[in-house]
Order: sequence, then C-alpha cells, then structure tokens
Amino acid sequence: MQIGLEAFLLLAAALFSSGLYGAVSKRGAVQVLMSLELMAIAVNLNLLAFNRFVTPAEMTGWFFTVFAMVVSAAEIGLGLALILAIYRRSRTSEVTGMSELKG
Amino acid sequence: MTETVNAVAFVALAVAALGGSLAMLASRNVVHAAYWLLEVSVAAAGLYWLLDAEYVALMQLLVYAGAVAILLIFTIMITLRRREDATRPADFSAGALVLAALFFGVIALAVQAFEAPAVQMPESVPDLAAFGAVMFSVDGWALPFEIASLVLTVALVGAVWWSKEGDD
Repeated sequence: MQIGLEAFLLLAAALFSSGLYGAVSKRGAVQVLMSLELMAIAVNLNLLAFNRFVTPAEMTGWFFTVFAMVVSAAEIGLGLALILAIYRRSRTSEVTGMSELKG
Repeated sequence: MTETVNAVAFVALAVAALGGSLAMLASRNVVHAAYWLLEVSVAAAGLYWLLDAEYVALMQLLVYAGAVAILLIFTIMITLRRREDATRPADFSAGALVLAALFFGVIALAVQAFEAPAVQMPESVPDLAAFGAVMFSVDGWALPFEIASLVLTVALVGAVWWSKEGDD
C-alpha cells in the first residue's frame, strides 16, 4: 500500500468533519472549544502533508503550521477566559444558556 | 526523502487519531472527552513526526498535549459544581451529522480530482538550523514572527482581563 498525499488529505478531512459535527451539535461550551481544537489539528495536518509531498525543500508548510498553532493557542486561551467570564455572570457553561442578546 | 511514508505507522496513527476523535464526540462525560482530545493530540504529533516535521511535532506535544489540555481540564473543574455535572446528555443532531457528511463528501471528491504536481524530492529533510535561518531572516518570516508574539501577548492580557473578578 502506497501512503502518499491523498491518504493524509482524506484523514485530515475526516478529522475536520468530526470536529465540525462536534462544534455544531454540542451544547457544552467547553465541548465546542474542544471540537474547534480538533479542526485546528486537521488543518495543521493538511499543511504539513502538503509541505512534505509538494514543497519539501522550502519548508513553507512548517512556517504556516507554527503560525496557525500560535493563533489557535490564542483562540483557546481567549475562549476559555470567555467561558469563565460568562459562567461567573450567568452560572452556566451551556451554549443554549447564552441567549441574553437574542432578539 | 522518499515519495511515500511507512504504511503501518500511518494506519496505526490514523486509527488512533480518528478513533480518539470519535470517542471524544461520543463520550458523555466532559472530563473523559478532554482526555480523548489529549489522545488525539498525541496521535497527531505522531502523524507530524511521520511527515518529517519533528519540530512541529514537539511543538504540538508542548502546546496541545501540554498547555491546552491542562487549560481545558482546569476550566471543566471550575465550571462544574458537582461531580454529576460532568455527565451530560448525549447531544445528537441529525442536521449536524448531515452537514459534516456533506463536508467530508465534497472534500473527498476534491481530493480525488486533485493531482499533485510531480516534485523532485530533496536528498534529505531540511534540518532545524535551516528552518531557524529562514524564520529569523528579514526576507523570511521575521516580521510575521514578531506579529505572532504581539498576538499572543494581547491574547494573554485579554484572557486575564476577561477572567478576572469583575466589579459588575
């Protein structure tokens, strides 16, 4: 069996889809953030796979992955701080409970 | 560098990553779900290693399997008042399932249609010294690097600001 670019792209697509399912269907805010992390992992896997099989000498995918990791680390830190702030105010970490601004 | 990677290692890591993500979605206990995400992070680091990106794999272990997992577990601990709160109803949504399946179908079709350009593989993997030289050269990625450190600083200050005891 030959494992090339396609296998990695399909695996990353499956990981991203499961993250998408979790982000849309879960009601706990922490679980939604965990699903977003799953999607970030899939994106990084895609970048590294393209780097390995298309531009192995230029290392472009490595740089992209490092910066994507910076952004997703900032995202998870801010997201969890936001969950804590909302929890302190309304005593809930359910997405369905965060409907104060709903028209 | 070769055109392909080790099939046995790929299948093992792919099963670990995909199975872990499905277990994370299926587990009704939030703490168990956080541990499954930790397992997926470690498997993903293995996949990065398989793709000859040792540095990124180590960063993945430090950032996701280390810092992010601990942050998640602390947030779960703070926002749960009782032990029973960790067990949640299984959130099943047919619409979300259809959306995810459609997304996967579209991507799979695109991957089937995609033809990778023929590439001349270099003799060896670029080492970390070459990576650092490009990263910190002004013609390379020095400016994005500085902006990234600014983004991280602002995010950290913002996180402390948001989560501090407010006077409202």
